[in-house]
Amino acid sequence: MRRFTLLLAAAVAAGACSQSQPETAPAPAPAPVDSAAIRAREDSIRAAQADAERRAREEAERLRREAEAARAQLTADLAAMVHFDYDQSAIRAEDQAILDRKAAILAANTAVRLRISGHADERGSDEYNLALGNRRAAAVKRYLAGRGVTEARMDIVSYGEERPIAAGQDEGAWAQNRRAEFEITAGGADLRAPN
Amino acid sequence: MTRRLLALLLCLPVPLAAQDRPVDQGIRIGIAYNPGVRPTLLVLPQAGLDSARAIVARDLDFSDRFEVVSVPSGSSPAGPTVNYRQYRVYGAQYGVDVIRGAAPGSARVRLHDLAQGKVLNEQEAALPDPSAAGFRMAVHRLSDEVVRWVTGTPGYAASRLAFVGSDGRLWRVDADGAGLAAVTAAGERILSPVWAPDGRRIAYTRFREGTGAVLVHDLLTGGRTTVPGTATGLAFSAAFSPDGRTMAFARADEDGGTDLHSADVAAQCCVRRLTVGRFADNLSPTFAPDGRRLAFVSTRAGPPQIYAMSADGTDQELLAPFNFGVDGPSNGPEWSPDGASVAFHREIDRAPQIFLLDVAARRNRQLTSAGRNEDPTWAPDGRHLAFVSDRSGQRQLWIVDIETGRVRQIRTSAAVRLPAWSRRLGAGTP
Repeated sequence: MRRFTLLLAAAVAAGACSQSQPETAPAPAPAPVDSAAIRAREDSIRAAQADAERRAREEAERLRREAEAARAQLTADLAAMVHFDYDQSAIRAEDQAILDRKAAILAANTAVRLRISGHADERGSDEYNLALGNRRAAAVKRYLAGRGVTEARMDIVSYGEERPIAAGQDEGAWAQNRRAEFEITAGGADLRAPN
Repeated sequence: MTRRLLALLLCLPVPLAAQDRPVDQGIRIGIAYNPGVRPTLLVLPQAGLDSARAIVARDLDFSDRFEVVSVPSGSSPAGPTVNYRQYRVYGAQYGVDVIRGAAPGSARVRLHDLAQGKVLNEQEAALPDPSAAGFRMAVHRLSDEVVRWVTGTPGYAASRLAFVGSDGRLWRVDADGAGLAAVTAAGERILSPVWAPDGRRIAYTRFREGTGAVLVHDLLTGGRTTVPGTATGLAFSAAFSPDGRTMAFARADEDGGTDLHSADVAAQCCVRRLTVGRFADNLSPTFAPDGRRLAFVSTRAGPPQIYAMSADGTDQELLAPFNFGVDGPSNGPEWSPDGASVAFHREIDRAPQIFLLDVAARRNRQLTSAGRNEDPTWAPDGRHLAFVSDRSGQRQLWIVDIETGRVRQIRTSAAVRLPAWSRRLGAGTP
């Protein structure tokens, strides 16, 4: 009987406690809790979207840059100079790959036109060097024509010794100045890589 | 920037030895290469006309025909009637003086035989004011007459040199180094100038981005005419025929060769191809004074050498002998006014040197050996050559007397190239 009374008292006490609880600690308003979660979720979605967009932009930018670099490389390959031995206009063996690459690019981009200019070092007579520069430009044109480039797409000019790119009166400077340069005069906007 | 600076330097007034400075005073012992051939000439003192006398004295010195001696400054004027005995102490064969002419604004130049005590020859000419543009040339023409009286051939003082400056412009300068002036505008690049025989026009290549037309520039009007057959592509190394009607020039072809062509520049027509090089280049033509033959450069044997042909392109032959594999490339030929020789430059140990070919004997003679010497051009007297030399450290114009080997420099401040000497410039040439 005593044990029952104790249990009852505990039950009453517990009941009193459970009854008094809502009054002493009122439940917090549910609205604030819900809006924060929603905002967090929205933020998260926005962030994810922005992230995806940024990644897409970056990817597009990367592709654009790669394409641009590839085009720039094609342009650079078309513009790459070749050099000549003293008083010679023969294409050097080591320069054939440079010209072969040009021929391949020109085959893939039939609208491209090239202006080939021949140059000489300062030695030799000024007037003879004009003829020598012309012979060098023509030798390059002949080589490219032999690799299938239509002659009508190539113009040649000679600068003789009038436009050196290296100053100095030594073999190092002269070797740089004995050259043919290439200028794209048409169709160079959207170069396609050769297959 | 450097180019602009050089152009600026070139434009600066150059101190010219003869212009302001008095001629060497007193007796000068020169290096007499041919003492028996080179007579001594005394410049007699006279009142007034000092600048004219100074110019005459220097012209006669530069003619390399005389040992020129001047009476010490402060000596009293010889007067219209010369007391010849007074000047015998100088040991000179000839005396020259410049006095006022009978007509106002004129001068009289006289050549005296000091030993025999008489006037050998004299000439009076209108002389502009010393500040006027035509003054120096008028005096030069009197000097050239004095040379003619003694030697039978006029001097070359009344002539000019055209050349390309480091700024790419065409410049001209009197044969004595005075009157340096630009002919073409800044920004244009000029190559291979050549004078027309009339002294009024200069032809040259206007070089633009690897192409160049040959233009004939009228110095009086400033007008320019494009030579037929040169409007497109690259044409260069033009040469006038002695009558000034025909122009020969080199043209770079699309197939890589360079060949000689001619055109009628009087009628502006009739372009003809003179050479068919195929695998060789033909360039730098120069007419013989009779107009019937042309000397030119060809690579038909490998390195460039000097060849000749008839003016119509036939009868081609090697002109200046060379040892194949031994002698270096030869370029820049110019036929002498008397037709007897062709000046050119040939590389010796990879440095160009001036050579003379005796056309009749087919023998070469090397004239220079110090430094790089190139692009010779004949004075109108056929005895002097101007050429470009770096012997002073920078490419400058030098003049050599081929008889004595005496050289002098024309100072132009900046580097020069491609000189061309005019004929004698008569009164009325610009």
